[in-house]
Amino acid sequence: MIYFDNVSKTYADNSVALEGVTFSIEPKEFISIVGHSGAGKSTLLKMLLAEEQPSEGSVFYESKNIHKLKKNEMNEFRRSIGVVFQDFRLLPNKTVYENIAFAMEAAGKPDDEIEGDVPHVLDLVDLGHKIWAFPHELSGGEKQRVAIARAIVNQPDIIIADEPTGNLDPINTYDIVQILKKINDLGTTVLLTTHNKGVIDSLGKRVITMVDGKIVRDDKEGRYIL
Amino acid sequence: MLWINFKRILKSGFFSFWRNGFVSLSSVFVMVVALLVLGSIIFTSALLNTTLASLQDKVDVNVYFLSSASEPDVLALKQKIEVLAEVKAVEYESRDQVLAEFTERHSNDSTTLQALEELGDNPFGAVLNIKAKEPSQYESVSRFLESDSVLLSDGQNIIEKVNYNQNKVVIEKLSSIITSSQRIGLIVTIVLIFIAVLITFNTIRLAIYIAREEISVMRLVGASPMYIRGPFIVGGILYGVIAGIITLVLFYPLTAWLGKETANFFVNINIFDYYIHNFGYIFMVVLASGVAMGAISSFLAVRRYLK
Repeated sequence: MIYFDNVSKTYADNSVALEGVTFSIEPKEFISIVGHSGAGKSTLLKMLLAEEQPSEGSVFYESKNIHKLKKNEMNEFRRSIGVVFQDFRLLPNKTVYENIAFAMEAAGKPDDEIEGDVPHVLDLVDLGHKIWAFPHELSGGEKQRVAIARAIVNQPDIIIADEPTGNLDPINTYDIVQILKKINDLGTTVLLTTHNKGVIDSLGKRVITMVDGKIVRDDKEGRYIL
Repeated sequence: MLWINFKRILKSGFFSFWRNGFVSLSSVFVMVVALLVLGSIIFTSALLNTTLASLQDKVDVNVYFLSSASEPDVLALKQKIEVLAEVKAVEYESRDQVLAEFTERHSNDSTTLQALEELGDNPFGAVLNIKAKEPSQYESVSRFLESDSVLLSDGQNIIEKVNYNQNKVVIEKLSSIITSSQRIGLIVTIVLIFIAVLITFNTIRLAIYIAREEISVMRLVGASPMYIRGPFIVGGILYGVIAGIITLVLFYPLTAWLGKETANFFVNINIFDYYIHNFGYIFMVVLASGVAMGAISSFLAVRRYLK
């Protein structure tokens, strides 16, 4: 469903972030990308979210070049992707309910559907009791679960999780990974980047290893090898 | 769909205005200052215009006739003057009126009154008081009065003197003061409005700068630019409405206090009465400026983060 075709990215100061990256993601896959800081993981995700233009090559989503989408196609495309960040990125002045509802409102969902789905998805991440809390009243793990709930509420085709456990303690890390696994089991593709060796080794899923902007390993049922 | 979006944008705008209490408060406060400046411009220009108009009104050219000039001749000339394009009004004072005025003015001066009595006859000629539309036009009016067209049909001159030449310097000075004060007023107005708009724009830009992360999150969630922008514009309009109302309320005690001062100081204008009489107009200007500044500033400020 997603295909990176020989993608390279060179920044204005001639630093190379990606070099000849080619790989594809199949539907319902759980794929992890590992690598040191500066290996190009973030750049790769930015390419996929169309936040950055590739210097060479193209990125396809269902046979469409995502860097050539028109503005309204782009909004639609972004709604078919759920994103989870290391720093959560919740809207600070909105409650848990409103944060999740916002994603649905942006997608133009009717009010009754929003009122039904938001509590449901919060139960899925086990946060039903914090529905009227503001983000600053939540712990890191709780914030990340809200972010995941927001990412999945529009039933996206793929969830992109950019080091979602980077700011969390081991117990919360475990919880978040379990939630992502559950989402994957329900049929959503998950793309995860992480530094956490324990997470990768416990998953036993496909692992892509990056070094200096290049893919050096791509293993089915891979382990964290660096 | 459109209606649902509109409703959501409105609601979201109100909520974020309320929840960002401190930012909203300071934006409203700055906007009140800007609108006070704007309102002051309205009052100042009203003061200036009334003052200038009443000064202008005090200027006239007086034509003194010989005491031998007959009333029909003077009135015929009055009609000739009235049709001139530059002339606003011509006032006729008959010989008797001039005499009565003179007696009135010198009622405490018995020597002068005695001397007048001894003359037996009325020594004064009739007078025409001419008002031009603009001070600068007195020159051409006086030229007309010096020309042959004021002579009677038999070529006789009935005008004793025209006092334009005596007052020439004063009239010219006044006319240049009026023109330059109007020009300065316009420049000051433009500069002040520019400053007010700039301050408001920057304040709102800062308020939205604080929310730039939120804007990027909204984009990532797939919200359309208009859906992101909407609540900020609603917020900007709210700043404008609230700041406008505060400003209008503040002007009430302010003008009431200044009203007495201006009534004493300037010619026949009380700034408080002016405010009450023109409330509808001032209300519209202040509120519309507030709303426009808020909405346009928000629109432009958000655009930066939507690229």
